[in-house]
Amino acid sequence: MLEIKNLQAKIGNNDILRGIDLTVNAGEIHAVMGPNGSGKSTLAHVLAGREAYEVTAGEVIYEGKDLLKMSPEDRAREGIFLAFQYPVEIPGVSTTYFLKAGLNAIRKHRGLEELDAMDFLALVKEKMKVVEMDQSLLNRPINEGFSGGEKKRNEIFQMVVLDPKLAILDETDSGLDIDALRIVANGVNALRSKDRAMIVITHYQRLLNYIVPDYVHVLFDGRIVKSGGKALALELEEKGYDWIKAEAESAQQTIA
Amino acid sequence: MPTATNTIEALTNREYKYGFVTEIEADVAPRGLNADIIRLISAKKNEPQFMLEWRLKAYRYWAKLEKTEGAPKWANVHYPPIDYQDIIYYSAPKQKKGPESLDEVDPKLLETFEKLGISLTEQKRLTGVAVDAVFDSVSVATTFKEKLSELGIIFCSFSEAVQNHPELVEQYLGSVVPYTDNFFAALNSAVFTDGSFVYVPKGVRCPMELSTYFRINAADTGQFERTLIIADEGSYVSYLEGCTAPMRDTNQLHAAVVELIALNNAQIKYSTVQNWYPGDEEGKGGIYNFVTKRGKCLGKNSKISWTQVETGSAITWKYPSCILQGDNSIGEFYSVALTNNYQQADTGTKMIHMGKNTKSTIISKGISAGHGQNTYRGLVKIMKGATGARNYSQCDSLLLGDQCGAHTFPYLEVNNNSSQVEHEASTSKIGEDQLFYCRQRGIAAEDAVSMIVNGFCKQVFRELPMEFAVEAQKLLGVSLEGSVG
Repeated sequence: MLEIKNLQAKIGNNDILRGIDLTVNAGEIHAVMGPNGSGKSTLAHVLAGREAYEVTAGEVIYEGKDLLKMSPEDRAREGIFLAFQYPVEIPGVSTTYFLKAGLNAIRKHRGLEELDAMDFLALVKEKMKVVEMDQSLLNRPINEGFSGGEKKRNEIFQMVVLDPKLAILDETDSGLDIDALRIVANGVNALRSKDRAMIVITHYQRLLNYIVPDYVHVLFDGRIVKSGGKALALELEEKGYDWIKAEAESAQQTIA
Repeated sequence: MPTATNTIEALTNREYKYGFVTEIEADVAPRGLNADIIRLISAKKNEPQFMLEWRLKAYRYWAKLEKTEGAPKWANVHYPPIDYQDIIYYSAPKQKKGPESLDEVDPKLLETFEKLGISLTEQKRLTGVAVDAVFDSVSVATTFKEKLSELGIIFCSFSEAVQNHPELVEQYLGSVVPYTDNFFAALNSAVFTDGSFVYVPKGVRCPMELSTYFRINAADTGQFERTLIIADEGSYVSYLEGCTAPMRDTNQLHAAVVELIALNNAQIKYSTVQNWYPGDEEGKGGIYNFVTKRGKCLGKNSKISWTQVETGSAITWKYPSCILQGDNSIGEFYSVALTNNYQQADTGTKMIHMGKNTKSTIISKGISAGHGQNTYRGLVKIMKGATGARNYSQCDSLLLGDQCGAHTFPYLEVNNNSSQVEHEASTSKIGEDQLFYCRQRGIAAEDAVSMIVNGFCKQVFRELPMEFAVEAQKLLGVSLEGSVG
């Protein structure tokens, strides 16, 4: 589904991604872990097409297409969803209105009929249950005055409604208490399917107790320095990131 | 790599849809302004003596001002001096005098309004909206007149009102905006050619929206219309105003005056969607919209609400205001002003509290894109006798791109200690992050900007009558099209 080869990207004059290689197949869940500043969020945003980052080398093939040539909205319409670490407020625009516009743009792109208000509301009612979302929240301007947990839940709710092929979760667990974490994880797990892939970006192992990944990758200084199964996450939890740093640095020195 | 800023800028550029010209033979006065031109206008309109005298007084006042201080210079707008002797003050499509019915109206005129989406022909009329169509200097048709007159409501062109209801005109004309009010009001009083007139009798709730559609067509003419709305005791009326003009590369002057009078327990709701030609991308051409609009809450418990959506004009200079004279009267001002390319807007309101327990609300939303400059200027004045007066003002500015500007000048004058005045202001930018968030959900960049802008304006749009709200939303989308690319 997704093949990332030697991806390099910078923002301003700062090189952030220094050559990422990663292959994600349908049905798989990949966790990307790493210390602060290692490039996790950059990877998520580059895949979603954020223009503030400049891709300097490498390629990304998504479903046989050159992803880097596509606009952010086309990537979304082709099934890529990013759950934001810091969801944005849009005053005066309700979640329902916002989401309907998004869903219909995606449906139109795929040659499906656009949903009218009634059908859309029916869909929303059904999906609300998945993340224990409150109706009143949906009628309020999106993310405005939402608590941290409500914002994250709203991201997962949007994901459930938009039904993506590739979901990227950018530190969805940060700032969540244990109950909110469980709700969010339930939402994510409800979407697990053999046709869908997920990239779960997280700093802590905690989330992976709820969303069990098939693969764990450790990002350090813009490169994936270690990959493994879910045991790797536990190892990281135990040892912290320092041993990864040490390992990566000694590897660098050997090359030099 | 496109940055968010030029993405937003590219979205703001787009063509003006109403820029066509109607080829029609017109009856045109010679260029320039003098007492004879005023006599000519008054004679063409077959006016009673009091009108001519009033016009001449206004003209003399204006001429003196023109020689001394000229047009007001305090507004935050810049334009080369206007040569008032180079303007044509009267232009009317040639047609049989006073068409008795729509069949007698030149089909070209009907076609013009049809093209603008305003149908004057019986079958296609918008249900629930009566229209007075003003083309250059004269009113060409008013719909639903008979139906309204059954309720005693007078809705006609100003010229007709002068002929048929001179006593009402004489009593109220200039009672809210005297000709000495300001330079452009004086000019308008001297040369105004037509406009709309509304009288709603005691206790009548006007069952439909009344609307005037103004169209400037002829080149080098000024449009000077005058609207007078009188709501008698306990009555209610909602009035809409729309306007467009052809694309021309010279500037045209539009100096209108609107006067509203609300008697005891009466309510007037006045909504404007202003879409005069704004000039091209380089700022060439466009309408100078120098307008004086004021309402007087003369009676107790009366209420006047102004709602305006200003997207057109090269320069807008406009302050729809309320004089809250009657006790417990209420004034409201809801405004969205958008400036794009090289448009300039200096707009706001004045709330003059005179009566006891008078209340006013001001919600102003300024949007600047391109090189647009947007200024809010407002005055809240609490007079000595206005015990218990209250005002709430909120002025928000939204910037699209980094070449534009937003300015806020709120003035407060409080002469009564028991009053309560609140003012809130904010300035924000459409962030690259907001735009990206929308696009990540599949929403095209243009639609995203328009969604964010509409959200920003929501408080104002919900004050507009239904038909207008839809039009206003579309118009904002259209006026911003091209500012993301």
